[in-house]
Amino acid sequence: MDSIWFQRVSKFSAYVLAILWVLPLLYAFWAAFHPPEFATKFALFAPLTMENFVSAWDQAPFFRYMLNTVIITTIILFSQLVVCTLAGYALAREEFLGRGFAFALVLTQLMVMPEVLIVENYQTLTGLNLVDTHLGVGLPYLASAFGIFLLRQTFKTVPQELEDAARVEGLSGLGIIWKVFVPLAFPTYLAFSLVSVSYHWNNFLWPLVVTNTEASRPLTVGMAIFGAPESGVDWSVISAGTLIAIGPLLILFLVFQRKFIQSFMHAGIK
Amino acid sequence: MLKRFNLKAWLLLLPALSLLIAFTHWPTLKSFWRSVTWARSDAAPAKFVGLENYEILLDDPVFWRVIENNFWYALGTVPTSIALAIAMALWVNSKIRFTGLLRLAFFTPTILPMITVANIWLFFYSPNIGLFNQLLALIGITGPNWLGDPDIALSSLMIMTVWKEAGFFMIFYLAALQTLSPELFDAAKVEGASAWRMFRKITFPLLMPTTLFVLINALLNAFKLVDHLFILTKGGPNNASNLLLYYIYETAFSFLDSYYAATLTVVMLVTLAIVALVQMLFIDRRIHYR
Repeated sequence: MDSIWFQRVSKFSAYVLAILWVLPLLYAFWAAFHPPEFATKFALFAPLTMENFVSAWDQAPFFRYMLNTVIITTIILFSQLVVCTLAGYALAREEFLGRGFAFALVLTQLMVMPEVLIVENYQTLTGLNLVDTHLGVGLPYLASAFGIFLLRQTFKTVPQELEDAARVEGLSGLGIIWKVFVPLAFPTYLAFSLVSVSYHWNNFLWPLVVTNTEASRPLTVGMAIFGAPESGVDWSVISAGTLIAIGPLLILFLVFQRKFIQSFMHAGIK
Repeated sequence: MLKRFNLKAWLLLLPALSLLIAFTHWPTLKSFWRSVTWARSDAAPAKFVGLENYEILLDDPVFWRVIENNFWYALGTVPTSIALAIAMALWVNSKIRFTGLLRLAFFTPTILPMITVANIWLFFYSPNIGLFNQLLALIGITGPNWLGDPDIALSSLMIMTVWKEAGFFMIFYLAALQTLSPELFDAAKVEGASAWRMFRKITFPLLMPTTLFVLINALLNAFKLVDHLFILTKGGPNNASNLLLYYIYETAFSFLDSYYAATLTVVMLVTLAIVALVQMLFIDRRIHYR
């Protein structure tokens, strides 16, 4: 008997928690599509409006921020894919003296994330004259220990016969990686790319430290300035701005929801 | 076969290792060095001062406050996130209706930028018009000043952190649950075991490797997840909700003291090293060397 009650309570809690979990997003939609006087009042037949989006768009250079975010995320992803493929292959398929040491050096970054080293990395960036540039925002992330680790695990599962056959066919070292290993690791690449893009689309602390102007500032930093209480912008406009900022990633996520969640799972089990 | 020097392997590793050394290992070492030096400004030449910065650190009430806060922050967010993540995974993996929607709802915070949704949480938490206090007013309770009250501010931050990360950890549990064989549970059902007993005796022990993995990640998050502080409290009121990484940022970029910031960074690095050590001692090495 109590097991039926247990199940009912459990089911009820699940739905309540789910509603709580999407509440911030639901609220953002509510406030963004209604006039400011309804931002803190909830009435069923409140009139709808697009006005908040227009004024958010006018008050901050969203297009520029979004472009910066896209450029930064692309630089990071492209570099990570190349750098991690090469390193992952070496660690998975080459026998050599110092491999364990090299792997340990790589894994350090899983613990000591670039976020922790903002003080020194900022000094380095100043030295390189790369403060307030897209490349500067990306630089500490161009090699990813996580990516190297994932690809190493995947490359390890490729049968030796395939590699030998490719060699007999006359493929060179890089040719083998490109023609044999990369296609076989496609699910890993997809998983890693989705995780990496959502991480860097949302990254804040380091971009805040290294950007000073609109020229390189990504959406997250732009939104922090735009939404700061000192800016005097009201809730409705902030909500509209928030939706503009998270829109592209949110749409991408909703459309490829299954792929996204599977990818995070795939990356998690490795 | 004898292991030997392999030029090709090192060339393949060259881009990755040079980037990692330049932006992880070198700055780590530099932090230690900077923490024993000092200069009036970044432009002036730094001189060796021994442990002076550490003496200042030990006398700095804000430092101790931040350490204490970070301890409570970890203690408050890590077990809660893990417990919720397990519950979420069990629900999504069960036979109740709308599991697809549940999974979507729980996972959504993971892909939303912390900094941007903090703006919305700021509204939830605002004292008079805020959503939480409006809801509390409905049942006749005068809600607290979530972010302005020094006794509550840190807890308010924790709630948002748990909201942000529980769904992410759910994914790992979900992946683990799907590898468990249903026969285990059938046998227990035949024996007449209750749901709670089955969870305690079968599911939870089998999920242990996942829990350890999630534990480490949650601990790391407790040190590196400070984005929401920039919007919600800025570490206030009066450092009541300040955390170590935010204090490092403030010291380096608001108070412009990179030497003291480096000293704080060393404390952070040592803490992370301890987490790493715990991981090596408790987590099966096969996870890395499979």
